Amino acid sequence: MTDNVKTAVPKEAHAGKTPWVTITKRDGVGLKRRILIRVAAIFAALVLGSIITPLVTGDNPLSIYGTMVKGAFSEYRIWGTAQSFVMLLGISLAVTPAFKMKFWNIGAEGQVLAGALATAAVMVGLGGKVPDWTVTLVMIAAGIGAGTLWGVIPAVFKAFWKTNETLFTLMLNYVAIQLVEYFLKIADKSGSNTVGPSLLTHGRLPVLFGQQYMLNIIIVTLLTAFIYVYMYYSKHGYEIAVVGESENTARYVGINVKKVIIRTMALSGAICGLMGLLLVGATSYSIDANLAGGNGFTAIMVSWLAKFNPLLMILTAALIVFMSRGAEEVSTKFGLNSSYSDILTGIILFFIIGCEFFINYEVHFNRRRGAKKEEAE
Amino acid sequence: MNTETIQSGEKYALELKNITKAFGTKVVANKNVSLDVKFGEVLAILGENGSGKTTLVNMISGIYRPDSGEIFVNGEKANINSPKDAFSYRIGMVHQHFKLVDIFTATENIVLGIDDGSRFNIKKSAAKVAEISERYGFDLDPNKKIYNMSVSEKQTVEIVKVLYRGADILILDEPTAVLTPQETEKLFAVIRRMRNDGKSIIIITHKLHEVLSISDRVAVLRRGEHIATVNTSETDEIKLTEMMVGKRVSLNIGRSEPENPRDRLVVSHIDLYSADGVQRLHDVSFSARSGEILGIAGVAGSGQRELLEAIAGLQNNVYGEITYFDPSNDAMIDLRTKTPMQIRDLGVRLSFVPEDRLGMGLVGNMNIIDNMMLRSYRGGKPVFLDRQPPKALAERIIESLQVVTPSAQTPVRRLSGGNVQKVLVGREIASAPSVLMAAYPVRGLDINSSYMIYNLLNAQKENGVAVIYVGEDLDVLLELCDRIMVLCAGRITGILDGRTAKKEEIGLLMTKAKEVQRDND
Repeated sequence: MTDNVKTAVPKEAHAGKTPWVTITKRDGVGLKRRILIRVAAIFAALVLGSIITPLVTGDNPLSIYGTMVKGAFSEYRIWGTAQSFVMLLGISLAVTPAFKMKFWNIGAEGQVLAGALATAAVMVGLGGKVPDWTVTLVMIAAGIGAGTLWGVIPAVFKAFWKTNETLFTLMLNYVAIQLVEYFLKIADKSGSNTVGPSLLTHGRLPVLFGQQYMLNIIIVTLLTAFIYVYMYYSKHGYEIAVVGESENTARYVGINVKKVIIRTMALSGAICGLMGLLLVGATSYSIDANLAGGNGFTAIMVSWLAKFNPLLMILTAALIVFMSRGAEEVSTKFGLNSSYSDILTGIILFFIIGCEFFINYEVHFNRRRGAKKEEAE
Repeated sequence: MNTETIQSGEKYALELKNITKAFGTKVVANKNVSLDVKFGEVLAILGENGSGKTTLVNMISGIYRPDSGEIFVNGEKANINSPKDAFSYRIGMVHQHFKLVDIFTATENIVLGIDDGSRFNIKKSAAKVAEISERYGFDLDPNKKIYNMSVSEKQTVEIVKVLYRGADILILDEPTAVLTPQETEKLFAVIRRMRNDGKSIIIITHKLHEVLSISDRVAVLRRGEHIATVNTSETDEIKLTEMMVGKRVSLNIGRSEPENPRDRLVVSHIDLYSADGVQRLHDVSFSARSGEILGIAGVAGSGQRELLEAIAGLQNNVYGEITYFDPSNDAMIDLRTKTPMQIRDLGVRLSFVPEDRLGMGLVGNMNIIDNMMLRSYRGGKPVFLDRQPPKALAERIIESLQVVTPSAQTPVRRLSGGNVQKVLVGREIASAPSVLMAAYPVRGLDINSSYMIYNLLNAQKENGVAVIYVGEDLDVLLELCDRIMVLCAGRITGILDGRTAKKEEIGLLMTKAKEVQRDND
């Protein structure tokens, strides 16, 4: 055995390399501790933000944070914040059943637009030709129906031909945008890139309690309760959870997986369509290609951060809306480039998402054994 | 051989001193374990699932680091931080799950990752592989691609891989789990030759008769602690079991005479194709009778899973006939074309404990109650779930089958393997089946849980249920089953009487694929 000699234990090759940090998985963390870690993360984010702020802007970080709070909650801006909040929450609720099913629907943006487009088209097309209440009824059906259709198309392809739903829903966003552009061209011959309130006068949804956004707030509140019950207490919700966890188990107990996929995406799309309907028919009475404003994508984050729990989504949606509204105000008031607010938002999100690591894992620091070893020798 | 000089100083090839390893705060996988392995000996590490065997050897082979304790190799303290470090101490491990590149040849897999500074020469390497194979009696073609190999050939590649790297201490993690009795004998012959060559071999197993036939000494672990190391020649199955379990257990499985057996499920001339068009079952015909346990033996992947799934309505490309006889009126119901839903709606009482417990039988992230509901959630009120009946069922099962769990609200993935299985079997039995199919129901279970499952199956049989049991341990099949059907590469190679069949006979039938006769009725 000549090869034995060649590799006789080389001692120095691996002398004393104790790693200075070891990471172990935690097994279930108490609620208190989880909240504590999250609060600490937000606090740390604010601290880091206050270090960076004077460096890049020369402004006092405290006054910037103060402006953020004012930007979100001052009397003048609070209703706008509420409106942004319920829209984001509504779309987040829409994507949640699909996500719970591990159907990665990133086409909420397009589904909202489809609903909005159908609404606007009915308002323009039927407005003045039939009684306004008829217009309203038709636009509700059309708005929700269009969103449903936009959700069901990728679901059918996924269920029957196993297409990739992420790409499919993403691409449908662009189809919806192009359709809206086309609609703008034919509805408003002046060549403007929005169709505004002057054209969308018939069939508007009612304004409740004299408050422009009240209808949206009430509908999304009801929707939150509905999705919560649907997900946790209905047979449909149970089937969604089983399909999401394991398609094999679903087949094993006789769940019709195709049916569940299509049904769930129909619901997702319908709620997105409803949000589009509200945006056009109850909020701005106008439509343009940027109507959803990226909420369809932000909703993905809201839903994930809340671990798909509709009640927790109230918190995560509120946090994100607060930050973006606050940051908007900061950029105008301090005359800063809008990227500065993006930096602040980014820092906070980074810490919030990053703290999940500390919830799932424990980090130990080891004492330097290398030093000890030298002493021994 | 440098071993001789060391041996004279009464040194050990490998010593573990007070090794402790914990995962998280609750699970202590190894607690103060001290072991030694001599030069030229086979040490068996014996313990039930979850007793910390694999964790322990993973620390020797550099995959984990001990939280405390020391490892000595050849009498010198070793600091092993990675598998590479382990190799520099001449320690090599063969894992239970092979780590091979399918499209490479044996030699290419063996030399993969070696960096000895010299130029890569595949011919020379192949020659060395051939030389090692010859020395220890491996049956290995160095130029054969992995995807053309049987399970036992792949295992051979893994063993040669560590020998090629000059390992003197070999660790084999449950090497016989995937082998037929004949292949196991071949492996043991190789292990004996390696031992006679001065190598130290650590073999992990929970099969007692293997421990007794191959090892020189046995180290028994229980719940992470080292109970004792004994000389194999001075012990027996009963003593070892007692050490493993911590108390006396009876190792007898009862087998009553079938009472009034009647055909409950008749499968005739089934051909089955997988989704990618490969034929998995060839002309399979048999019947399962009430009050009888039909065992299915075969090397893993011989079509057992496909067969049970076909009966349960989970396979699409099935040709032939699957007929169920209703116990109340002997009405014939065709199952072949039915989905699981339709089968249930027809009132066919078919229960199925699938091989993949958490991937098919249960949902790991759901709690016990919600898992109970899988079979029954459609009943009751419309639209909304009724969690009361499944909750009662969950509590009943936890109580009667002694499921160890913090509560019925605990996600099943947090339970140990045995408890997961109790939950699954409990649920399947709760629906009062007339046919009960169980695939590898005791895989990964400790001895007590295994015997509890055998008893449950026997109780079902005595209630007149037709039980189909797919197993891997031939000793158990021979003790438990009334008839044993052997599958090999998707064909039935024999149906034997469980009371008279011999283990060797079954072993031969398990590998009889090539010369199989088509008509076995």
